[in-house]
Amino acid sequence: MASRLMALWEWFDARMPSVAEEWRKHASEYYAPKNFNFWYYFGVLSMLVLAIQIVSGIFLTMNYKPDAGLAFGSVEFIMRDVPGGWIIRYIHSTGGSAFFVVVYLHMFRALLYGSHREPRELIWIFGVLIYLTLMAEAFLGYLLPWGQMSYWGAQVIVNLFAVVPYIGPDLALWIRGDYVVSDATLNRFFALHVIALPLVLLGLVVAHILALHDVGSNNPDGVEIKKHKDARGRPLDGIPFHPYYTVKDTVGAVVFLAIFCVVMFFTPEVGGYFLEHNNFIPADPLKTPDHIAPLWYFTPYYSILRAVPPLFNSQFPGVLAMGIAVLILFFLPWLDRSPVKSIRYRGAYYKIALALFVAAFLVLGYLGIEKTTVWGQFAAAEGSLMDRMLDTKDRATWVARVCTVLYFAFFILMPWYTARDKVKPVPDRVTM
Amino acid sequence: MSVARLRALLAALLWAPATLLAAEAGHPLDRAPIEPRDLVSLQAGARTFVNYCLNCHGAQYMRYNRLTDLGLSEAQIRDNLMFAADKVGETMKVAMSVKDGKAWFGVPPPDLSVIARSRGADWLYTYLRTFHRDDKTASGWNNKVFPNVAMPHALWTLQREQAAVQYDRTVRDLVNFLVYLGEPAALQRKSIGIVVLFVLGVLFVLAYAMKKAFWKDIR
Amino acid sequence: MSDKQKVDKTRRNLVVATSVVGGAACVGAAVPFITSMLPSERAKAAGAPVEVDISQIGPGELKVFEWRGKPVWVIRRTPDMLDSLKAVAGKLTDPASKSSLQPQYAANEYRSLKPDVMVMEGVCTHLGCSPQMKPADAKAEMGGDWAGGFYCACHGSKFDLAGRVFRGAPAPTNLTVPPYAFLSDGTLLIGDDQKRA
Repeated sequence: MASRLMALWEWFDARMPSVAEEWRKHASEYYAPKNFNFWYYFGVLSMLVLAIQIVSGIFLTMNYKPDAGLAFGSVEFIMRDVPGGWIIRYIHSTGGSAFFVVVYLHMFRALLYGSHREPRELIWIFGVLIYLTLMAEAFLGYLLPWGQMSYWGAQVIVNLFAVVPYIGPDLALWIRGDYVVSDATLNRFFALHVIALPLVLLGLVVAHILALHDVGSNNPDGVEIKKHKDARGRPLDGIPFHPYYTVKDTVGAVVFLAIFCVVMFFTPEVGGYFLEHNNFIPADPLKTPDHIAPLWYFTPYYSILRAVPPLFNSQFPGVLAMGIAVLILFFLPWLDRSPVKSIRYRGAYYKIALALFVAAFLVLGYLGIEKTTVWGQFAAAEGSLMDRMLDTKDRATWVARVCTVLYFAFFILMPWYTARDKVKPVPDRVTM
Repeated sequence: MSVARLRALLAALLWAPATLLAAEAGHPLDRAPIEPRDLVSLQAGARTFVNYCLNCHGAQYMRYNRLTDLGLSEAQIRDNLMFAADKVGETMKVAMSVKDGKAWFGVPPPDLSVIARSRGADWLYTYLRTFHRDDKTASGWNNKVFPNVAMPHALWTLQREQAAVQYDRTVRDLVNFLVYLGEPAALQRKSIGIVVLFVLGVLFVLAYAMKKAFWKDIR
Repeated sequence: MSDKQKVDKTRRNLVVATSVVGGAACVGAAVPFITSMLPSERAKAAGAPVEVDISQIGPGELKVFEWRGKPVWVIRRTPDMLDSLKAVAGKLTDPASKSSLQPQYAANEYRSLKPDVMVMEGVCTHLGCSPQMKPADAKAEMGGDWAGGFYCACHGSKFDLAGRVFRGAPAPTNLTVPPYAFLSDGTLLIGDDQKRA
């Protein structure tokens, strides 16, 4: 029996690229630095959440109906009439937010240890592309429950495209497939959310990991472990990914799943942050809710959008600022001029800049949840540019504007302060 | 700018949001003293709901036979709670049509299946207890929590018959039921959650021991 | 045992233990996904038993009702029809309904609770077409010795007035009798024989 299995395996192996070779290249002989710390869990956890979302998503699609008249009801059908349906729904809603928690922490790790620096720029670029795709995927998915927030959030964001000069209104019409967000929009968002973008996401993740494995992983010291190899060509500070990191990541995954399950089983709404209260009201094209806010993971960019006042009679500068706030991430590898990679060996300038950036991002996120009556109003419609920029007296708008400036300053001033930073000597070998 | 000044700016930014907490406008809400595990309360709430709410409102995502969750048999449900349906597997559809609702009230009365998830228990509890007479409105009623609401005081006969404390309890039971209606699986969700966390706890201990065993020689 | 062997043994034991508990957790996690594919409450409600009024069905008449998306026939059999059942027994594939589907109370010579009321699914047991009733006087098209029954136009299967299939037909078994009960002389509950309390 065993020999017949062996023969079957050899038949397969002679006709496919060597599975054993791939296993060695990417797991049992992929030498990763031995000093990975807490920040290094989030890549694997991102993959785990991607898998969770795909599986739960497939089972939701078995019962969800992408029709404006049936969508809201089909979600309640899943919650009540489908045996175990409520578990699958909560997995998917919790997973959507968990994805962003994990991805933001994963990106932050890069900023800490210089994982975006040469020779890993392409990994970073694939990563930013994944982030953009993920934002689109989340936005598209949020229309599907067809609640008030779903509908009006989509309406507002698609109307942002209408602000683009010259082609705007036609672009928005093309995206919607109708004059307002409607059944046509819902159907195409469903197709994109369920099939198109997951495929793109999977492809980008594969590219991201292939690029990583080609160059080798970074580590908290920012030291290139491939510089010091033993007689057999293996990095002295490297350990095989399997079994060491498969085993360690298992622990990380269990802890993550425990936190995930605490949220999912005991507080799936998270006070309205993961499942918004207004989204339990079916979409009503004739009645806008008092307070439209995007989900928490978009709020920093929403704040930047609202912080920029209308200029030259157009809202476009705000939209542009929001877009650039995301796209500027692509340039990070070239903005960072420090001779060292890891924050452990950088000077005070970078540490303060990063702290301010994180604080600004968090404050902008918080402000994005606040009602428009609190801030975001631009009272003076006329007057000089200076007058209009200084018009609002409420503190929230000012804080948002300061934070927006800090956010952009982190990137724009980076070539200057990273070059001038007083760095510490980088060790030759990793420190545990 | 010196390091110290930058640090001060950072501190100021982190504290700024605390000063921006906007007070929720409108009537203050009483906390709804509901107990999701009290089956007697839920049954009473179901009875009030079917008798006073289902004439105008629907609960179209809820099936009558799901009410066995509340400790009722299908026969009890059929005999006491089903006025507008024949089979116990049917959903709690409203007797009134959307067109009629719009004509009589200006807006069709909303479906109540998930009203507790959009409004919240405290809002519903306060709303149902702050109706008052107002000659200026079409229905003759107004409400402190939802000014100029199109809904008349559907429970006014109950409020007239019952003492204040008893009426509060009636409303409490009704709100308890509405919360259940919003998510019938809620109690099951929490009990499964405890089992899941226990299993993950065991798994954590084993996985951590396994990790330590493999990493012993890494320095 | 050397130190290295001890370490290896510990590692292997922990891998096994973690895998077993992890595997059990995965099976547990799979349960809601698998059960979500079982019939929903909506499907079960739609498939619920139906109450039908048979008081208006005259002798020799057939009325069609729907249950679970299928046609269910109720025939008021006359004494002549009942007599014909014994006569055709020799021409049947499964005269005692041993291979066919019917509730225990319909496993008798009339295949029914009461001889004069025949309840059966009007679905041919070959490939699912719905046969047509051919009464005893349709001898011109059904043959001289036709005593009354049903003919399935799709592939030619013939059934008698108790739904039993004639030999030579592609259909392998007699027409299925669903569970049913009398709520009163004039009312049947099709789909459930534990009468509602």
